[in-house]
Amino acid sequence: MTARFDPGDPVRIRTEDRRGHIRTPGYVKGKTGRIETLLGTFKNPESLAYGGSGLPEKHLYKVAFRQKDLWDGYAGSLDDTLYIDIYEHWLDPA
Amino acid sequence: MSETYNGHDHPHEETRTGAESALYASRIRAIEALLVERGILTKEEVRRQIEYMEARSPANGAKLVARAWTDPEFKARLLSDTKAAARELGIDASGPVEFLTVENTPEVHNLIVCTLCSCYPRAILGRPPDWYKSFAYRSRAVSEPRAVMREFGLELPMDVTVAVHDSSADVRYMVLPMRPPGAEGMDEEELARLVTRNSLIGVSVPLEPGLAG
Repeated sequence: MTARFDPGDPVRIRTEDRRGHIRTPGYVKGKTGRIETLLGTFKNPESLAYGGSGLPEKHLYKVAFRQKDLWDGYAGSLDDTLYIDIYEHWLDPA
Repeated sequence: MSETYNGHDHPHEETRTGAESALYASRIRAIEALLVERGILTKEEVRRQIEYMEARSPANGAKLVARAWTDPEFKARLLSDTKAAARELGIDASGPVEFLTVENTPEVHNLIVCTLCSCYPRAILGRPPDWYKSFAYRSRAVSEPRAVMREFGLELPMDVTVAVHDSSADVRYMVLPMRPPGAEGMDEEELARLVTRNSLIGVSVPLEPGLAG
């Protein structure tokens, strides 16, 4: 299973409003960042949490956002960055 | 117990106190009793897991940092493979979750949070402090990290980039802070005493020599 994204790729986090044990917090949904690194593949927590096998494993990416792109009126430097780990099925190319 | 554990060592509730916490404690005891009764867990497994957790402490993180400050090759290994580096110092961080150590430099300061719950490098540092699990920290560490650090007594100049890591999935993070000024010539044990739990989370920096007890 090859990873869909490479470091540097711009990505947008999906805006799906799904209930349950999702690992994608609301504040990044719909936001555009870029792939920082690939963290490997892991069993899917959205399946594991309900007694599922977690298979197939999902690619996990560290995604970087400029803080200014996440928060209106962010108080800090333009370079301040937020990194968050997001599973591949939550990412669209941007 | 590890079979059902899946690295999901996080409560999904806010930190609670008083009567509410008693309610949750009774609920947990009832669930534990049921799991034992159904043969899914044994009391022995629960006891072993509690012992494992209680044996972890921020002193482990301090040891890793002090070694990294004195041994550049160890530091490189800590940054490239935290689990293996921990094993070298006799710290068992095996388990399904991954660990990453992020390095503070004169240009970048790192801060760790888990906005969804309370993911924390427990296998190395033990249990997180209560404030780490609070709704206030979890929401403000991502949206106003500089204000949060200021409240912990750390004022960062604007030419230092703040990098916040939201450990929302299967990786746990620890900060490798910078060696404080005035710590030249100190040995590993003395250095470790400068490394506070808060400096491993990134809300503050290590103590300066003379201030450490």
